[in-house]
Amino acid sequence: MIENIKSFLGSFFVTGDPMIYGADASIALASIGIVFYLTYFKKWKWLWDEWLTTVDHKKIGIMYIIAAILMLFRGGVDALLMRAQLIIPNNTFLTSQHYNEIFTTHGTIMIFFMAMPFIFGLMNIAVPLQIGARDVAFPFLNAVSFWLFFLAAMLFNISFVIGGSPDAGWTSYAPLAGLKLDPGVGENYYLIALQISGIGTLATGVNFLVTIFKMRAPGMTLFKMPMFTWSTLVTSIIVIFAFPVLTIALALMSIDRLFGAHFFTIEAGGSPMMWANLFWIWGHPEVYIVLIPVLGIFSEVISTFAHKTLFGYKAMVWSMIAISVLSFTTWLHHFFTMGNTAMVNSFFSISTMIIAIPTGVKIFNWLFTLNKGRIEFTTAMLWALAFIPNFTIGGITGVMLSLAPADYQYHNSYFLIAHFHNVLIAGTVFGVFAGLHYWWPKMFGHILNERLGKWAFWVFMISYNICFLPMYFIGLMGMTRRMYTFPSGLGWEPLNLIITLGAFGMGVGFLIMVWMIVYSAKYGKRDTTGDPWNGRTLEWATSSPAPEYNFAHIPQVETVDAFAHMKEKGTADSIYKAPFQAIHMPNDSGIPFILSVFFFIAGFGLVFEWYWMAIPGAIGIVVCMILRSFKDHDDHHHIPAEEVEQTERAAGRLS
Amino acid sequence: METTNHTPIEYSTEEGSNKILGFWVFLGAEIVLFSALFSVYLVLHSHTAGGPTSKDLFEVREFMIETFLLLISSFTCGLGTIELRRHNVKGLVAWLVITLLLGLGFVGMELNEFITYVTVEHATIQTSAFLSGFFVLVGTHGAHVSLGIVWMICVVIQLLRRGVTPVTARKAFIIGLYWHFLDVVWIFIFTAVYLTGLVL
Amino acid sequence: MKKLAMKLIGACSLLLLFLTGCTNKIAVLNPQGPIARQQYHLIIWSVILTAFIFAVVLIIFIYVLVKFGRKNNHAGYDPNNHGNTKLEITWTLIPVIICILLAVPTVKTLFALDGPPKPAEGMSKKEAITINVTSADWKWIFRYPDEGIQTVNYVVIPEDTPVKFNLFAHSSMNSFWVPELGGQQYTMPDMPMKLWLQADHVGNYLGRSANFSGRGFAGMQFHVLSKTDADYKAWIQNIKDTKPALTMSKYEDLLKPSNVKTSAFSSYPKELDKKDNKAMKKMNHMEHMDIPENHMDLKSQDNDMDGMDMSDDSTKGGK
Repeated sequence: MIENIKSFLGSFFVTGDPMIYGADASIALASIGIVFYLTYFKKWKWLWDEWLTTVDHKKIGIMYIIAAILMLFRGGVDALLMRAQLIIPNNTFLTSQHYNEIFTTHGTIMIFFMAMPFIFGLMNIAVPLQIGARDVAFPFLNAVSFWLFFLAAMLFNISFVIGGSPDAGWTSYAPLAGLKLDPGVGENYYLIALQISGIGTLATGVNFLVTIFKMRAPGMTLFKMPMFTWSTLVTSIIVIFAFPVLTIALALMSIDRLFGAHFFTIEAGGSPMMWANLFWIWGHPEVYIVLIPVLGIFSEVISTFAHKTLFGYKAMVWSMIAISVLSFTTWLHHFFTMGNTAMVNSFFSISTMIIAIPTGVKIFNWLFTLNKGRIEFTTAMLWALAFIPNFTIGGITGVMLSLAPADYQYHNSYFLIAHFHNVLIAGTVFGVFAGLHYWWPKMFGHILNERLGKWAFWVFMISYNICFLPMYFIGLMGMTRRMYTFPSGLGWEPLNLIITLGAFGMGVGFLIMVWMIVYSAKYGKRDTTGDPWNGRTLEWATSSPAPEYNFAHIPQVETVDAFAHMKEKGTADSIYKAPFQAIHMPNDSGIPFILSVFFFIAGFGLVFEWYWMAIPGAIGIVVCMILRSFKDHDDHHHIPAEEVEQTERAAGRLS
Repeated sequence: METTNHTPIEYSTEEGSNKILGFWVFLGAEIVLFSALFSVYLVLHSHTAGGPTSKDLFEVREFMIETFLLLISSFTCGLGTIELRRHNVKGLVAWLVITLLLGLGFVGMELNEFITYVTVEHATIQTSAFLSGFFVLVGTHGAHVSLGIVWMICVVIQLLRRGVTPVTARKAFIIGLYWHFLDVVWIFIFTAVYLTGLVL
Repeated sequence: MKKLAMKLIGACSLLLLFLTGCTNKIAVLNPQGPIARQQYHLIIWSVILTAFIFAVVLIIFIYVLVKFGRKNNHAGYDPNNHGNTKLEITWTLIPVIICILLAVPTVKTLFALDGPPKPAEGMSKKEAITINVTSADWKWIFRYPDEGIQTVNYVVIPEDTPVKFNLFAHSSMNSFWVPELGGQQYTMPDMPMKLWLQADHVGNYLGRSANFSGRGFAGMQFHVLSKTDADYKAWIQNIKDTKPALTMSKYEDLLKPSNVKTSAFSSYPKELDKKDNKAMKKMNHMEHMDIPENHMDLKSQDNDMDGMDMSDDSTKGGK
């Protein structure tokens, strides 16, 4: 009996590595600390009322961003562990198994649990404000999306202390990720956690599409929308068409692993290559799901701090739409080397190259937005400016990779790694950092410290180049991705050392940024005007932080850059003029959180194939949905006119 | 109650029309989901790995009856929507209950078909890639119908309790959309899986 | 500005470092055979064109920042400057032209790589040889169907001779990559593939797996030794004379997941050839379905026909 329990615990908890024990201890300590803090300061009710049950898009956005920064830390630590292992040849800091798990979780976390939630967080904060709406179309569903993502992220993250992490790469190629070559629960964590978070993502796509189509302020036609809203619209459409394919791919591999089906196995007629197809039919659009929104952010930031209207608005919109369509026609370039005919490879080479055209159009439009401007070098602007040359490097190496015969030499080498970090960091990461600085006052009512922000920027940006530029060369020297160690004598030592130094420099940049956030929370300059940057779009028309109802009166829109136009005409005060009316708002609900907890329980049960746990979890999910269906007949309330007036007065808007 | 030529009741509130549009968009995503499953099935159709083929398994009588049950249920569901527009709760509920019974009949027959394959023909999801694809494609549709039945029961109870309001009308309309969508998917399954499976 | 200057200096010094001292360490930029050379030319061509784009972007970028940065004068500030059709058409058309300039050689090279490399000017065509490659966890197994010998984790080829590698995978997928001789192809469990390589000279070229395949992946390294024809023949004779025979049970031991040292065998069980041929037949069947397409395209390019001739030869060799 005791032996049984011992052997169960031995396989349940990951054992045998001092770093893991350290992680166990720190997770336990942090949890105890949080529980103690909440109890001692009597914050449980506050946590429940203000955050766990909220349906307010701004609070949900803030929670997305906090979670994303935590995940950036986790994914970043993974990256540093990998680079520490590769600092010298034949290093024994990590074992091969440990390294494989770390690069798998690094990729998965950075894409699914860092980049996407960070972007969704910024969308949540900015889009309803930019279109002059009171909330998103489906506030309850919005909360469901967030909690599904959050609990899926937790489910994925506990894998490294309970049961073991996935170890087949973030692409999880069959047959390597199949049951036969990869027994154990690690891959199950990958499949189930991504499935749960994918449901939330799809719901977000539907939500923002309807929000943008149906809830724009009067007068805001599609071609008067701010560029970030446009990018969100385009992204939502990509999400709706791409994510169901991931749902299917993950479901089929889960069925393979849990029920012995033969979709991607080597035996009984399964087709491992079909996984590659399904994964990348989702996967390539996914790249644009995390890229297009930040193109919108850069447009906002560059236009605001060049103090100029965006150059080539229509070209910007149409190029985004073109990119989104083309993103579905290029998936095969991820496996040019899987024995396709010359004809097929030619088609996908050319379709990939073509994406450079709309992307180039955007780059030149940004450059010409800067032209004839009055450029102000704020931290947000620095991130946006740094994006242009750095992303262009990623872009041109992308074109180089699209030449299939040349790709035979780059594929799966560090050249590829350098390329996609060049686009994903200079694009997505620089973009969300720019957005964070830009919208921070709207979220919290104070401005992030510029001096620390610029330090963080320079340290991070320079280290990033030190880290990734040498990777192109080491890739051409023949070093392939996912090698847990490399032999000496091939001339790879100096570059690997430089790369590792760059990676740690980026870690330092991240720490400065965290310090900047903490410092600014205490000493940051208050934003009393609601318009700290002399902004051009409607989110700057309301006070900072934005009140629960966003706008006391829904603004009237006449042109692009609606708020700049209102300021010119002197009608900017029209949104907070007395008399006020009662405002209709959605009620908070605890169901999204509880529903997602049941998803977590069901998911954990499936990971371990414990049906005694998975089935009650599934029943809980259905019960929550039925409860919601019976309770949503009357889930709105009114904020009385007097309360609106008080709020506006407190924000200093009625003097 | 008098019928008017104004906006139908399910569209009468902003929330109602938003949710209906949202549901259409969701159905768009469902089309992508089923397209992916269809492609997987069609790729794997010939991968029988020595196990039974579609010709060995499919019985014309069985899947024709399933098809008729579902097609008729789609029709009765549509009649329900007409009653909804007339604000006639009793008529609406009556048609929805008939729809539910037909839906239950469909799910029952499909379950029976699956059980026959597994117990009599020894054709399980583990036998071959073809059967994996078959069970998952047809099973996903069946799971959708089953979920629709639970959902429709909830809507019927709410209609009985509250009558036709903008909220219940929207719910009855959306479950109708869902039901017709499943019918359309079934027509594709009927053609691409069963009819094609008899020939190829 | 500081940032840009630093970056430029950094990039240039890196480039100088590589272009002067140690290009031979950069395997991809040091092609040692006609296949790698074709890819190398394409790479260089794409570098030139994309570097041009990058230079244009960088020059405009620096210009606008210097001219319109806030500390400088505000002459020319125009907040409503919102578009310029001529400019917009220009920067749409130039990338289109560049795409065409890249697409044409890409497609040409792709079709050329389908067959064996053409012999250099004035050289006579040499008979191609076939080697069957199997990736197993985590080693490379090379079988010479014409000679009946097998090597593990190293392969010997005659110099200046087209070599057709038929690629198979025992379990997980890998990718067969010898950067100095040419680009890679995957090895897949359900689909045999082929890769043509050729070495100009005698030499020792490092290859490795480029597709992650599990715990022992980092050790999946092998050497390609290119020898003169005479040395190659002598080497084969030597293997046949001095190395042990491979039995089926030994072969199955070899397939078990492990990293192993190099080894060689004077013979191997014939059923392995049968298995390989069976899989190859499946692939040939698939190839034949594509041939009409290929013919059409090759007709339009007059002198590329011997690509097709050779691939017919080599299928004979494979059988």
